[in-house]
Amino acid sequence: MTYKTRVDGRAFDETRPITAKVGVIKNAEGSAMFKIGQTTAYAAVYGPRELHPKFLQNPNTGLLRCNYNMMPFSGHGERVRPGQNRRAKEISMVTENALAPALDLKDYPNTVVDVFIELPQTDAGTRCAGICAASLALADAGFEMKDLVSSVAVGRVDERILADLNYDEEAYQCEKGVADIPVAMFPNTGEITLLQMDGDLSRQELQEALKLAKKVCQKIYEVQKQALKEKFLGESE
Amino acid sequence: MSMKDEQKQHVQKALQENLRYDGRKKDQFRAVTIEYNISKSAEGSARVKIGDTEVIAGVKMSVETPYPDTPDEGSLMVNAELLPLSSPRFEPGPPSAEGIEVARVVDRGIREAGAIDVKKLCIARAEKVWIVTIDICTINDAGNLIDASSLAAIAALKQATFPKYENNEIDYQTRTDTKLPMRKWPLAITVFKIGNQLFVDPLREEEDVMEARLTVSTTEDGKICALQKGGSTPLTPDEIDQMIVLAQKFGDEQRSKL
Repeated sequence: MTYKTRVDGRAFDETRPITAKVGVIKNAEGSAMFKIGQTTAYAAVYGPRELHPKFLQNPNTGLLRCNYNMMPFSGHGERVRPGQNRRAKEISMVTENALAPALDLKDYPNTVVDVFIELPQTDAGTRCAGICAASLALADAGFEMKDLVSSVAVGRVDERILADLNYDEEAYQCEKGVADIPVAMFPNTGEITLLQMDGDLSRQELQEALKLAKKVCQKIYEVQKQALKEKFLGESE
Repeated sequence: MSMKDEQKQHVQKALQENLRYDGRKKDQFRAVTIEYNISKSAEGSARVKIGDTEVIAGVKMSVETPYPDTPDEGSLMVNAELLPLSSPRFEPGPPSAEGIEVARVVDRGIREAGAIDVKKLCIARAEKVWIVTIDICTINDAGNLIDASSLAAIAALKQATFPKYENNEIDYQTRTDTKLPMRKWPLAITVFKIGNQLFVDPLREEEDVMEARLTVSTTEDGKICALQKGGSTPLTPDEIDQMIVLAQKFGDEQRSKL
């Protein structure tokens, strides 16, 4: 049996509907909301500000610090206990690594740039949505960036390579199983800054999945650019 | 004179002329908006904006064993997360005293008013009851988080529906049409004091230099169900009375928006 039509009727290379908005949190230096299907991520940037404890300071460069958090009522099932669990810690770390190569913080020695990512509702793909929002928030804050960072989960359900798995697809029961591959990249160069996978996957399948990720990230990039234009061009009109 | 003293003097002087930083009068709220069902993952949710202050609240429900002293009653839990996303003042980590106070003040208003008919949350006496948990998350702090949190919590309760419960299992993906057994709609309104001036709905800059505050939770039948004094300046009984009148008035006003 092959996975013939997707559970929500999408084409295999089609993402769920995306909306993005920049400048949604007034207190922050930069902020954004990125929504893909029923997964919503907010990101806010604070800093550069003095880094404490002091021994973490680097006199040569500023530091990027990300904090990923699901709101207690945002889980698929029961309430999630507040506070960082192991999963959130790991996602915070890979998010940092996904965004850091886009930034150059050498002009801000001894400081930290804090990025806070919060999810009020989730339906899979949360780290990717968080990265898309965070990258917009950093651009909104006015940091010079090599490129935006665009992110999507691609994967294989049964024998199909597809884009932007939702929860039902991640949990889909089938003979060949499911592989879930969150990817983040610089959309202009195709360089990959986040890559994770769980499931089972052949080398060929991975190549195919990454090709699809590139195509989809370029579409997401257009949505991100549009959101920035809406704020900055909209204001000058 | 410190910066804070100067700021306080400035706020106080303006208040004497019944003027605020943003041009409001002392007894005037910023624009209040309520948006329902903003998180599909929650059994009920709401976003409240008071001016630039924004909080969201989500209700989750679970089935657990009741407390031994109330075997036929479900229960309520309120938690507030002052997210570092919402202000440079907040840091990640376990809840601060400020966050705990927000949660407890909102909790007391709802609990003491008997807002939820907790007996109707009983599934099987001494065995199974519904537990209702409200989580309040701040998105942007521009002052008056307590009032915004209280309104968001009540709005989320208003919209919440039970998930399907069958064969001792909750199916969170299937929601019933059954709403929570609500009896009252308590709301907390906080009145602030600087010098001899009383005012409501402070901006963050005003809240930072306040001397005292009184949070008054009231219900639609004109009763007071919880009080919380904050700040280190005393209040006179006369001031308290004026504060209660203001809180009742604005409580009714916000309730009409639910």
